Amino acid sequence: MKYLYLVWSNLKRRKMRTILTLLSIMVAFLLFGYLGAIRQAFSQGVDVAGVDRLIVRHKVSIIQLLNESYEPRIERLPGVANATHQTWFGGIYQEPRNFFAQIVVNQDEFLDFYPEYIVSDEHKEAWLATRTGALVGSGLLKRFGWEVGDRIPINATAWRRKDGAPTWEFDLVAVYEGAEQGTDTSQFFFRYDYFEESRAGGSGLVGWYVVRVEDPDNAAEVAAAIDNEFANSPAETKSEPEGAFVQGFANQIGNIGLIMTAIISAVFFTILLVAGNTMAYAVRERTNELAVLKAIGFTDRGVLGLVLGESLVLAGIGGVLGMVLAWLLISMGDPTGGSFPTFYMPADSVFLAVLLIFGMAFVAGILPALQAQRLQIADALRR
Amino acid sequence: MADEQVAGAQSDAPDILVRVKAVDKVFKRGSEEVHVLGGLDLEIPRGEFLALMGPSGSGKSTLLNLIGGLDRPTEGQVEVGGQRIDKLSNRKLASWRARHVGLVFQFYNLMPVLTAQKNVELPLLLTPLSRSERKTHAVNALDIVGLANRNKHYPRQLSGGEQQRVGIARAIATDPTLLLCDEPTGDLDRKAGDEILDLLQALNREQGKTIIMVTHDIHAAARATRTLYLNKGQLTSEPIE
Ligand SMILES: Nc1ncnc2c1ncn2[C@@H]1O[C@H](COP(=O)(O)OP(=O)(O)OP(=O)(O)O)[C@@H](O)[C@H]1O
Ligand SMILES: [Mg+2]
Repeated sequence: MKYLYLVWSNLKRRKMRTILTLLSIMVAFLLFGYLGAIRQAFSQGVDVAGVDRLIVRHKVSIIQLLNESYEPRIERLPGVANATHQTWFGGIYQEPRNFFAQIVVNQDEFLDFYPEYIVSDEHKEAWLATRTGALVGSGLLKRFGWEVGDRIPINATAWRRKDGAPTWEFDLVAVYEGAEQGTDTSQFFFRYDYFEESRAGGSGLVGWYVVRVEDPDNAAEVAAAIDNEFANSPAETKSEPEGAFVQGFANQIGNIGLIMTAIISAVFFTILLVAGNTMAYAVRERTNELAVLKAIGFTDRGVLGLVLGESLVLAGIGGVLGMVLAWLLISMGDPTGGSFPTFYMPADSVFLAVLLIFGMAFVAGILPALQAQRLQIADALRR
Repeated sequence: MADEQVAGAQSDAPDILVRVKAVDKVFKRGSEEVHVLGGLDLEIPRGEFLALMGPSGSGKSTLLNLIGGLDRPTEGQVEVGGQRIDKLSNRKLASWRARHVGLVFQFYNLMPVLTAQKNVELPLLLTPLSRSERKTHAVNALDIVGLANRNKHYPRQLSGGEQQRVGIARAIATDPTLLLCDEPTGDLDRKAGDEILDLLQALNREQGKTIIMVTHDIHAAARATRTLYLNKGQLTSEPIE
């Protein structure tokens, strides 16, 4: 620790260069932190997907509907604890850019499947008692400034009403909170009975099934059994764990993770050159001083440590500043204005950033540090 | 660490601090070999103030480096305080230097980014002293060289003579037995040089430091208790030519 002052003084020597290097490292980490939140938003749900939940959908695509009669057939299969159906509504609230998920669910069963959605008993009762009632995530509520008791009009796209009205009206009666930070609180759920009696077509058809298995270890077998049950029927199914399903959904947009990794790698490679260059100069222009340090008794390894320490302080300050800035930006909110189900800095980004700081410090500093270590005092002092 | 025998101790068998025996030093410049020192012998009693003179390129700095453990002889032995320093590992040699040698350079070689006091504290970082003890030692050393009031100043805010005094304070901060000075007045005017020589002389007389000083200046050499001349790889007590 007593050497920190020395390291710090050396960094102050070329203030401009140190600041520019710090800024570039900071920008790299800012980008890293911010893109980390975006990637997290895209893969939202994968990490928090229930391990005991399977999604059963039409084999051809998620858009194809399934018959509601599948539910009792699925529930009869061994290993299945319960099954419930859901349907994508896909309506528009005011304008298309206000996108959020509206899902038709069986209100009697729904919450049993999702312990991560926390609803007060009062709201639960209200939802069960109100045919046109909607259960809304707290994030969505905040996004549009809704309040319980509001009437929410949603324009139909695929699902027309029997009565020909262009708009479905819902009563906001219940709100759910997420049990975890990663829980999606941007969704809008409403009741199947209301949907079924009001829709113009498609009666008896639902979007997909959510199946709870008795033992998560048997999920693969149960999934196979379900698909087998409906094999060779007009509507064959594809069953998979919820996590895989969500991942597949995210992948439709493109392999976000890969794109981001590519961007981040390119940025870090560039910054590594900047930092490496700074460290190389820092050592080259100080050859004489490093030799003096050795002359007065610093060991070769001590000098190596000083140079690596300098590199670490540089990467550390830049990295921490960048991550803090990213965190501030992220807490200012979702760049899409609310279309991301969640938007926060995931813990693994922070952990990875720490690794990156050490990695960067090492890679940028090691060659100059070794050069400093090998410096022969008598030679260096003659220069 | 106080020297039992101070300058001018006149016993029959003087306490020899530095013993250089049959030392060769050869530098390789590409394929060419430069023989700088050849079979050189030297004994320096504890408490001596030795001036080392000789033409440029004669190997004065090379010899000083060997005695200070900054470089190793090609052949022969270097013994300081009874220890064969040419045999020590790099690591041991570094800590030996930290404990036993103070170095004063022609161009002061202070860290421009550190204040006078922090410069003096540098070698103390290698000791187990606490932060406040380091400070006390540094302030003391600056006091000895007459710069106690400039401790917060950076090298660029000091004159050459003052910088050299900081250099000397740094060299004596750990209270080493041996002070090695390579042309300590070489970059200074007469007046500043004389002040530095006064200081070295006082350190030798009052604190019993053994000093080896390389110089080109006979006035400077006159302050020493003995002067040796280096020429063609050998030491003589009379100047050649
Ligand atoms: N590291 C080295 N590599 C190659 N040659 C060296 C090295 N160090 C010294 N020499 C050579 O050894 C000889 C003696 O050098 P040294 O620096 O000891 O001379 P000096 O007596 O101190 O001279 P000056 O009075 O100019 O300082 C010179 O010819 C020098 O070029
Ligand atoms: Mg010299």
